[in-house]
Amino acid sequence: MQLLEYAIRGVPTGCVFALLAVGLVLTYKTSGVFNLAFAGQAYVSAIVYYELRKELELPLVAAGVISILIVAPLIGLLLERVLFRYLRSAGSMAKLVTSLGLLIAIPEIAKLLFGSETRRNPPPLWWVRRTDEWLWPEGATFVLDAGQVATILSTVVVVIGLVVLFRATNLGLRMRAVVESPRLAELSGVDSERVSMAAWMLSSVLAGLAGVLVAPLFASLNPFDLFTLLVAALAATVFGGLTSIPLTFLGGILLGVLQAVLAGTLPTDSVLTNGLRPSLPFVVLFLLLLFRPGLRTTRELTDPLASVDAPPPPPAARARPPWIATSARVFGTVVSLIAVALCWFVLDSYWLGLAISGLVLSVTMMSLIVVVGMGGMLSLCQAALAAIGAFAMAQVVAGTGVPVVLGLVVGVVVAAAIGALLAIPVVRLDGVYLALATLAFALMFQSIFVPLSWVSGGAVPITVPRPVIGPLDLSDDRYFLVFVIVCAVATALVVIRLREGTTGRFLQALQTSDVAAASIGINGPRARVVAFTIAAGIAGFGGGLAAIDLGQASYEASFPYLIGLVWVALLVSAGARSIQAAVLSGLFFFLFPALLDKLFALPGNWVDTNPDAPSWVAGIADAIQPTWAQSVAFILFGIGAITYAKHPEGSIEAQTTASVNAIVRRVEARNDRHRVAAGAGGSAP
Amino acid sequence: MTAPLLSAVGVTKRYAGIVALQNVSLEVGPAEFAAVIGPNGAGKSTLFDCLTGVQRPDRGHVHFDGRPVDGLRPAARARAGMARTFQRIELFGGMSVLDHLLVADRARTRRGGLLTDVFTGSRPSSDELDRCSAVLELLGLQEWAERPAESLTLGRGRLVELARALMCEPKLLFLDEPSSGLDRHETDEMGDALLRVQSERGLAILLIEHDVPLVQRLAERMYVLDYGELIAAGPTDEVLADQKVRVAYLGAST
Repeated sequence: MQLLEYAIRGVPTGCVFALLAVGLVLTYKTSGVFNLAFAGQAYVSAIVYYELRKELELPLVAAGVISILIVAPLIGLLLERVLFRYLRSAGSMAKLVTSLGLLIAIPEIAKLLFGSETRRNPPPLWWVRRTDEWLWPEGATFVLDAGQVATILSTVVVVIGLVVLFRATNLGLRMRAVVESPRLAELSGVDSERVSMAAWMLSSVLAGLAGVLVAPLFASLNPFDLFTLLVAALAATVFGGLTSIPLTFLGGILLGVLQAVLAGTLPTDSVLTNGLRPSLPFVVLFLLLLFRPGLRTTRELTDPLASVDAPPPPPAARARPPWIATSARVFGTVVSLIAVALCWFVLDSYWLGLAISGLVLSVTMMSLIVVVGMGGMLSLCQAALAAIGAFAMAQVVAGTGVPVVLGLVVGVVVAAAIGALLAIPVVRLDGVYLALATLAFALMFQSIFVPLSWVSGGAVPITVPRPVIGPLDLSDDRYFLVFVIVCAVATALVVIRLREGTTGRFLQALQTSDVAAASIGINGPRARVVAFTIAAGIAGFGGGLAAIDLGQASYEASFPYLIGLVWVALLVSAGARSIQAAVLSGLFFFLFPALLDKLFALPGNWVDTNPDAPSWVAGIADAIQPTWAQSVAFILFGIGAITYAKHPEGSIEAQTTASVNAIVRRVEARNDRHRVAAGAGGSAP
Repeated sequence: MTAPLLSAVGVTKRYAGIVALQNVSLEVGPAEFAAVIGPNGAGKSTLFDCLTGVQRPDRGHVHFDGRPVDGLRPAARARAGMARTFQRIELFGGMSVLDHLLVADRARTRRGGLLTDVFTGSRPSSDELDRCSAVLELLGLQEWAERPAESLTLGRGRLVELARALMCEPKLLFLDEPSSGLDRHETDEMGDALLRVQSERGLAILLIEHDVPLVQRLAERMYVLDYGELIAAGPTDEVLADQKVRVAYLGAST
């Protein structure tokens, strides 16, 4: 009986999982996009509902209709029209990276539009607050409060609606046809574009509904909680094999029930079970991805017209004529030296600190080059691996007193070892599944291991001293800068040699044709495990450096998994195979928001120093909010990732290729003119 | 008679109730040129997949070079001496023709690992370049060596696939419709290249083909598949004269 009570308590949560999961499956089935930005869509509806209820004090029905039935489908329509319809034939990697970019950008856009203040106590989608007014069943020992009943009722309505839609309407029939085969559906006269539009609007409504329903569970509205919830709901989508809606529903509810039962029955005093309860969905997701029968054999769902991922064009370095390569190298060296000199002599400690953090991050970015750019595996757990490196280093240094530099080595080894253990099961998964499994790992790490004191040191991060190398005390930022540069250059050299060497060639072969690589005897899984392990080691190195830079190994400050997703979006949009992209995107990540901050402070500063400044300047200064810099930066990072579909080689690589081509064309044109002039001169007697 | 290089016994494969291959047995001797023909959907590609390890047959066994290879994945079978080309051409993106050959050579010799890459670099040695240029010359691809393989015509692309397969120094070469999509002239060139390859390298070849004149020109022995069953096997000329084969495949009236 006790167990039944726990189980019933889990049903509302399960319903939320089910709504999120079904929404994801809808868009995945009809457009092949595994839409991580779903959480962002849910967040927007939740914000709109909050504003309408709390600020404008609209009645519940009006607020609900506007936020769930008007705003949400409009967002879905917008995304489909301006973005995803152009991605129908793109590879799964491009689609996933695009949704990753949106996941980062959408909440920040919402914050710009609606203000970024903390929204406490989100209002429920029900007339009564979470009280005992509504007990069910009456007189029972267990209760579902009004919000939970509302959740269950809404879910029932959605289930009936979906069943009616799919079984009894024309649109539903066409949707099912498109799901079976978009091409065949088109050939028999179904407008698959309109069907896909409808699916996006419908799934967006589900996102909005889930967002509004779930918001009251949290103390305040924020996109991170919603995304974590979405990842939890992923377990349900995988349970349904990413295709079956009824199974997905069942999976969502089972997950909620299982979570509640475990929460009720597991002992509360054990560290392990305390970690296990919040992380259960991620553990389930991870295990399902590895062991669900039929998942590995079902082909990834894509449009039959979709090509495989476009092969990476050769890096511009190889395509360009040698004289350009030489002059570019000289130019690059000069610019780098000037930049270093600038850091050394000119920058104040604030900017120098940011530049160092950027360079440190670029080492972690290089790990993404190996795993994403070379290995073709969209790993979403590099931040977790970096954290592992940092924690291992900090623990060893704090526990045994070995020199910090030696601790760095330990960090690399531990991160690589854990990366290898993770890679062995995970590399056998394809595209989307691999990305999800690494995401599940990142969340498992965050919820189970980070709170443990033998991992992270517990609530107070372990401090890490700056090393002293010979006469140089690296607590002077300028010496530390040189140390970081040496580390980054060494890492870059290793990555370049691997990329151009046999390892890189094998990986490139595997990435562009798995079957052909196998046919010449390349052991694909082994090559991928090696790449993943090396990347994990490099990430551990970057993480260790970040901890030294900050003076402590802090998960919150340096390695939250969402920040890791931003890194992926940044690097991939800059160029997933290019060292230049890794360095620039690392620097960009720290310097760009700081520059924006300075820019946004200009009007205010001007008003402060000039009392007779025109009033509109003061108006602008007042309108600018301190969080804008971060928001704008993240929006641009996210939008950068969206360009991936157009330039899979990355914007920096595309830019380089374009300018090299332009230079070559101009030189050739000049040579032609000379030749023509010489020819004309020769022919004239 | 010498022991066969490849022997498949009773290979059966079903897909969700549809029988793709029914109890198919075949043999390829050392240095023999054999062919499998059959109408579309006869199960030729499934047979190839079962022989090269891409698919696991439901029943039946495959022996290669004196040992069973049933449990081996495609990559392991490749290292054991099976190489193949593909009906839908499968080249590596962003690599030159020479790169294709070098990669295949490194996969065979297993030269160059992480440490080699990092510490000594991975420039091709003169041995490797010699082996590559021998194959390029054999197939007449020298002048395309530095070109990106994807930029070549379909016919040359197929030759690159053949060259890549040869770099594995196979004992048996599986060719999956090497003439598909080629015109008469290119098909003849492909035939010439295959004859050169076989006479110079002395390896066995198993060919899947639609093009009967090409098979007649190349293959010593042939197998005919129809609806997943072997309906004829034997020396090429005899099989082609067989009335059953003419009905199933050549569209002759009874």
